[in-house]
Amino acid sequence: MRESTVTIALLYPELLGTYGDGGNATVLAERLRWRGIDAEVITLGAGDTVPTSCDIYLMGGGEDGPQALAARELSESGALHTAVDNGAVVFGTCAGIQVLGNEFANPDGSPHPGLGLLDVRTVRGTGKRAIGELLSEPLVGGLPTLTGFENHGAVTHLGSGVQPLGRVVSGLGNGGGDGSEGAVSGRIVATYMHGPALARNPALADLLLSWVVGKKLKTLDDTEVDELRAERLRFVRRSRSRWRRNR
Amino acid sequence: MSGPLPVRTRLATGAGLAVAGLSRRVGAGEGSVIGGRVLLAVDPGALERLAAGRTIALVTGTNGKTTTTSMLAAALATQGAVTTNSTGANLMSGLVTTLARGSATAPAVLEVDEGLLPKAVAGLHPSVVLLLNLSRDQLDRIGEVRIHAQRWRAALEAAPSTAVVANADDPLVVWAAGLARQITWVGTGQRWRLDAYSCPNCGERIEWSDDGTWACSNCTLARPVPHLSLDGDDVMLADGRRLRLKLQLPGWPNRANAAMAAAGAEVLGVDVAAALAGVGRVSHVAGRYQVVSVGGVSVRLLLAKNPAGWAEALDLIRPAPMPVVVGINARIPDGRDPSWLWDVPFERLRGRVVIATGDRGRDLAVRLRYAEVEHRFVDGYVEAVRASGAADIDLAANYTSFQDARRELARA
Repeated sequence: MRESTVTIALLYPELLGTYGDGGNATVLAERLRWRGIDAEVITLGAGDTVPTSCDIYLMGGGEDGPQALAARELSESGALHTAVDNGAVVFGTCAGIQVLGNEFANPDGSPHPGLGLLDVRTVRGTGKRAIGELLSEPLVGGLPTLTGFENHGAVTHLGSGVQPLGRVVSGLGNGGGDGSEGAVSGRIVATYMHGPALARNPALADLLLSWVVGKKLKTLDDTEVDELRAERLRFVRRSRSRWRRNR
Repeated sequence: MSGPLPVRTRLATGAGLAVAGLSRRVGAGEGSVIGGRVLLAVDPGALERLAAGRTIALVTGTNGKTTTTSMLAAALATQGAVTTNSTGANLMSGLVTTLARGSATAPAVLEVDEGLLPKAVAGLHPSVVLLLNLSRDQLDRIGEVRIHAQRWRAALEAAPSTAVVANADDPLVVWAAGLARQITWVGTGQRWRLDAYSCPNCGERIEWSDDGTWACSNCTLARPVPHLSLDGDDVMLADGRRLRLKLQLPGWPNRANAAMAAAGAEVLGVDVAAALAGVGRVSHVAGRYQVVSVGGVSVRLLLAKNPAGWAEALDLIRPAPMPVVVGINARIPDGRDPSWLWDVPFERLRGRVVIATGDRGRDLAVRLRYAEVEHRFVDGYVEAVRASGAADIDLAANYTSFQDARRELARA
């Protein structure tokens, strides 16, 4: 199977899928199929046995209660740890970055253990919830500007074992005051750009896929996505200049 | 408290209604919002005083508020005059204007925004509250849908004289209603489960069985036995009666709305059979399902605001190969983040051309590309309708896109 078909595990979309995060699985699978590579999406619900043999694992955004349940299920089974040891790619958005880290915050602010796959620690933010367009200049893989939407009340501190995915141009990102956005360690990539982040950032999707396929991927016609990206970048720049004028 | 209103409230009411009337006459809008703001500014306690001594029913939930409010008002209208905010002015200013305009002796049926329900329950002391459903919507504004459930639960616990009619097939609603003193459960057969896989009470997994019943795998939260249930086109009553629904509005969502409205009417003393006769008179509500003609093209308008609503709307769109226009905005009332487009099974539109339009029509176009649905992006509603090339089409849109479409197509 693994030789010919790329398997994509969508972890607990009912717990970690608040913002249409399942879209990332669709984007990855379709971008493979359009290039003639077979792809299979395996949706795993709470209580299901998580296989260790998938090529890519996806974790999305979730509310506090469901997020803690997802973290408990994944740490009990240990399946994701095994998969990572075997070289699997992991992409986590929003709650995903928190669950992948060493610890995150319960609703009452007390720490909840994470999976310890990323050297990051998430605490409750003291300011307003970060809600809005998020723009960053990526620091890995020669990618173009990353664009997305963030909605979180937490702050993620990066440890020495990870590097940021990008530097914030607009929005909050990790929120720890260092201007960092997301985290990368080996083949684990996480970001606060929630929801279908890969739909707006096809180059990031292709970077993840190239790690699995192990060769350069054929170029696809991304005209429609380019138009959407241009529209979102214009919107953020307009809002920023308006904000400056109103100060 | 009953008897005459204090001078301050009467003055405030006069000022508010005068402003509302002026707003209507100059064409600025319905006037409910601005009139209500003036009224509350002159007399901040007006809401409570206008509500005193009246029979009030509140209707809230993520989807179906406006239609269910119309249905409950129509059910009560079989017995006499009713006051209602049928235009969907569901914030405090709209409620206060509706009460000020209506007769003080007529029962009032009020649609209330989900976030406003606690304040409305505390201020209006309603006889009954209808809790329709709770699912993801406008997450940029609310953050988490469960916050609503928590606030509803606390508000209803603190309102011992308020009866609750609640959807037994929505775990978030069942938990939110749980501490009310008198609850009428309605089996609606709701299919949306994406927001209720983890228990609102304890956080553990909720298990669903094939017959649609559900229970938490850990605590005691479980589907309550309904007093009234929807079964296909029939409403089943606890006394064994089976009543056929005869609705002018299509689809399961409207049958569920009708069942909720009938249960609400029964709590207020109207027999379910009489209530359903009234419910059946409701045709299009605030433009939903209305058919407009645009340069020889007949366009039916459908509203869907969030993934649960879209899942139902996709069933109501007439089958392929008829083209369809889909409009998407992401303004403040819609939620500024259209990530939810990826929670909607747009794959079901395959086999036809979809014209994507609206402020965020490009987000939809990308979504449709990955759903492998043939599509085009066309700016402008009239242009989108023309681009479909058909004589009879459906146009489905989210909240502000629906309003824009309605206005622009009426002008064309």
